[in-house]
Amino acid sequence: MLLHAIFFYLFAGVTVASAVMVIAARNPVHSVLFLILAFVNAAGLFVLMGAEFLAWILIIVYVGAVALLFLSVVMMLDVDFTALRRGVLSYLPVGVLIGAVLLVELLIIVGAWVVGPDVAKAITAPIPPPAQVSNTQALGLVLYTNYIYFFQTAGIILLVAMIGAIVLTLHHKPNVRRQIIAHQVARSKATAIEIVKVKSGQGLP
Amino acid sequence: MNAAQLPNLIPLLPEFVLGVGAMALLLVGVFRRAEGERFVDAAAIVLLAAAGVIIALLPAGKMTTFGGSFVVDEFARFLKILALLGSAAAIAMSLDYAKHEGEQRFEYSVLILLSTLGMLMLISAADLIALYLGLELMSLPLYVVAASHRNSLRSTEAGLKYFVLGALSSGMLLYGASLIYGFTGTVSFAGIAHAAGQGGVGLIFGIVFLFAGFCFKVSAVPFHMWTPDVYEGAPTPVTAFFAAAPKVAGIAMFVRAAVTAFPGLTSQWQQIVVFVSIASMALGSFAAIGQRNIKRLMAYSSIGHMGFALVGLAAGTTEGVQGVLVYVAIYMTMTLGVFAAILSMRRRTGMVESIDQLAGLSRTHPTLAFFLAMLLFSMAGIPPLAGFFAKFYVFLAAIKAGLYALAVLGVVTSVVGAYYYLYIVKLMYFDEPAGKFEQMPYELRVVLAICGLFNIFFFVYPAPLVGIASAAARSLF
Repeated sequence: MLLHAIFFYLFAGVTVASAVMVIAARNPVHSVLFLILAFVNAAGLFVLMGAEFLAWILIIVYVGAVALLFLSVVMMLDVDFTALRRGVLSYLPVGVLIGAVLLVELLIIVGAWVVGPDVAKAITAPIPPPAQVSNTQALGLVLYTNYIYFFQTAGIILLVAMIGAIVLTLHHKPNVRRQIIAHQVARSKATAIEIVKVKSGQGLP
Repeated sequence: MNAAQLPNLIPLLPEFVLGVGAMALLLVGVFRRAEGERFVDAAAIVLLAAAGVIIALLPAGKMTTFGGSFVVDEFARFLKILALLGSAAAIAMSLDYAKHEGEQRFEYSVLILLSTLGMLMLISAADLIALYLGLELMSLPLYVVAASHRNSLRSTEAGLKYFVLGALSSGMLLYGASLIYGFTGTVSFAGIAHAAGQGGVGLIFGIVFLFAGFCFKVSAVPFHMWTPDVYEGAPTPVTAFFAAAPKVAGIAMFVRAAVTAFPGLTSQWQQIVVFVSIASMALGSFAAIGQRNIKRLMAYSSIGHMGFALVGLAAGTTEGVQGVLVYVAIYMTMTLGVFAAILSMRRRTGMVESIDQLAGLSRTHPTLAFFLAMLLFSMAGIPPLAGFFAKFYVFLAAIKAGLYALAVLGVVTSVVGAYYYLYIVKLMYFDEPAGKFEQMPYELRVVLAICGLFNIFFFVYPAPLVGIASAAARSLF
């Protein structure tokens, strides 16, 4: 148990510290790198809770795709991030105050946490107990069966996102010459070359 | 493990037709870019009509599928057909505008179809996950079409503003949903109603966040700030779409979640709805007075109308819900009619949006002026036009539920709001003409005439609409 506690505090501490560094770092590339550190440590926390599937998803999706996308955007765009974020730290006291108020309110809520007598009965457990299957398998058992409606709807939402990105950014330029392979293949000797008899000493007109 | 049984897909048939049809039209549009646009627009309207016919033909009674996440009852049928009508009218009204502005793109119709698909899912949603997914599928295309004039600064600003605030409100809604799930252990509305009992601070906290998200989507005060800017900045046919169908779906989700998920907590959420309703009615009436841009004016008008519709929900009774349904149906006809008139405000130099341009309309375009005046009278709630009956039913329900203060405040703000509607009528009938508009296109005339005649002659035979709304309201309780 002691080892468990040590790792929990290690992961949690590094997560919080790197989250602070994300907004405090002067160099935006460093911010993104600290963000990746925060994600990886949060994945460690998930593993400690026995949710290894979420941990892998966090690393594959957030670190592998999202954070690297951020990184390339930060490097490609010529945005003066230091000017953009100037004053962020001067707003910190107000932010901390609001955060503290919210935290106190949440504590009051949690303090008043009364779990009704029917709640335990209402909870449905569609998955077999954790002793029998790993949680990756448990998710797989319900994701494409019981939750197929949600899964497909999420797919349509992603399709909309794709259409939206294309609608808003794709410009059709009139003078672009595109490669049309069918035209290239259909060329014959007659259409491709022209034989001109040139009289010597005169050159082409 | 035994194989999962295939869920009953019959209730999902209209959504299936819309979704598959939208994707097929996307392919048609991509491969037949130049010549496909007119076809895609026409086919989109046909698909919406087909979905409406299928909804009408579905077996009667209550059907649920996907483990109770998706429910089709009288309430869903009524509102789905309304949403389909609103979307079809919005596509029809965009045709002429697109031809003039030269920004016609087939994706517009496809996005409206997908957004309508989201509305249908939202109206049928009977658990929190289905509600959230339906809401996102409805909203995401809206953000895109708001910014669809990507060369116009106002349009892109409207899209960006709507997107950022929409994401914020989705966050609040999800936070509320997770609190509710935490305190009840289930996401299905029936399960929440069963487990909620008398509630508790945590559950109320969750409901407040959930309702904040709802209020944003129906643009009710205090979450209305985006509405005037987005209405003004978005292209006018898009604004016409925003004002009609998504409002219907938003009100539907508000009513279904409040009534079916929290029936034991009515006295708790009633306070929220009463406050939101009074604030929306007041702001809609007072803030609209100073507006000179007719699209901004319509934005404040729609905020006010959402306040009136929520009066019915505040009552929390069957009559109240019936009032809400009658209200949104009539609100949709009024809004579509007025936007058909706004879309015909085109001079040779382009579209005009200032209300001063309507001056003397009765002498230059007498028919347009007559119908617009009737629709504005109806919005102001002057008898015997349809808008009067809409307000009558919600206030009656509020009085029966003992909410006298709410009803009185509603009537007072409605009188204040009448000022700016009547001001436009005065401009049209008593001021010097500001010049002729271009010829009004055919499809706008049809929409304006249907909406105008509906509002004028509703009092002759109100029974069908009221009867269907009453059956729909009873199916929720």
